[in-house]
Amino acid sequence: MAHDVPIDRELDLKGEVCPYTFVKSKLVLETMKPGEVLRVIVDHEPATGNVPRSMESEGHRVLSVGPAGERTWEIIVRKKE
Amino acid sequence: MFAFTEDEIVRYSRHILLPEVGGVGQQKLKEARVLIVGAGGLGSPAAFYLAAAGIGTIGIVDDDVVDLSNLQRQILHRTQDVGTPKVESARRALEDLNPGVKVVPYRFRLDAGNVMDLIREYDVIVDGVDNFATRYLLNDACVMAGKPLVDAGILRWDGLVMTIRPGEGPCYRCVFPEPPPPGAIPSCQEAGIIGAIAGIMGTIQALETVKLILGVGETLTGRLLVVDALEGRFRQVTARRDPGCPVCGENPTITQLVEYDLACDIRGNGAGDRTAAAGGAAN
Ligand SMILES: [Zn+2]
Repeated sequence: MAHDVPIDRELDLKGEVCPYTFVKSKLVLETMKPGEVLRVIVDHEPATGNVPRSMESEGHRVLSVGPAGERTWEIIVRKKE
Repeated sequence: MFAFTEDEIVRYSRHILLPEVGGVGQQKLKEARVLIVGAGGLGSPAAFYLAAAGIGTIGIVDDDVVDLSNLQRQILHRTQDVGTPKVESARRALEDLNPGVKVVPYRFRLDAGNVMDLIREYDVIVDGVDNFATRYLLNDACVMAGKPLVDAGILRWDGLVMTIRPGEGPCYRCVFPEPPPPGAIPSCQEAGIIGAIAGIMGTIQALETVKLILGVGETLTGRLLVVDALEGRFRQVTARRDPGCPVCGENPTITQLVEYDLACDIRGNGAGDRTAAAGGAAN
């Protein structure tokens, strides 16, 4: 996990399913400054594939995807410059 | 942060997913004000899609009441709405679809005396009128006020649509300087109209309006899209701004709004099937 990266924003999306996991991540990313880092927590496993893919297709850089507890995962993404 | 409710996030999620929309674009749609002139064949699909898209305020101008002969193409109105003002029927339909949209009904006919005050309050104007007099009045007023106008006309199986952005491309008069003489173009009643062509053209008007508000893509500015539904053909005709245009040219001769008296001599039983064709303009 890339935890040496300082996190600027946290977003808890436990209980959310696709596509709202990405929709809500996107709404937060749009309000962040370029280069800032967002940590998203999900408990919907397909989101660990879908959300990073969608983030990358919009030009953001996914730094890491990994477990963050029991049946929860974190996605760390840097907003595009 | 965006001020969307949970319901709005869900309702507009398929918009927000699009790179060209997102939360920023959805917010623009929410803040936008669109005026639709005519709640008929073109205005119906245009209004439905714009309401569904979450346009914050939709003004609708129409002085007519719903006639049974309208229902073959004017999909805002239902059988039980026959006899009620179109603007009221439209408001009911749009608010049922999306209660988050504010619908402002104007039950009168546009004329030289009211058009400027009305369009001033809106960001984009959608032309869904059924007669040349109002079409030219609206073009001239939008050019004078610098308001984008999404124009369309339909007749029989044919449709035409163009987006007029004053100063950035041709206006309606650059392409068609003067209205045709009365009687030269058959009315909708005489010529007939296939219902779904209204759906296609009005839906393109909704798309153009959304793109204007978002500031994305390319609008049909300087390009007329001509649809021949019978043959299944979409053609594009390039149009240029005419420096000699009487309204948007270098030395405009029309500096005051003019009202043509071109009302069709054949009128239906209170129905709105007046003259038409913009190169085809029914409603
Ligand atoms: Zn012109």
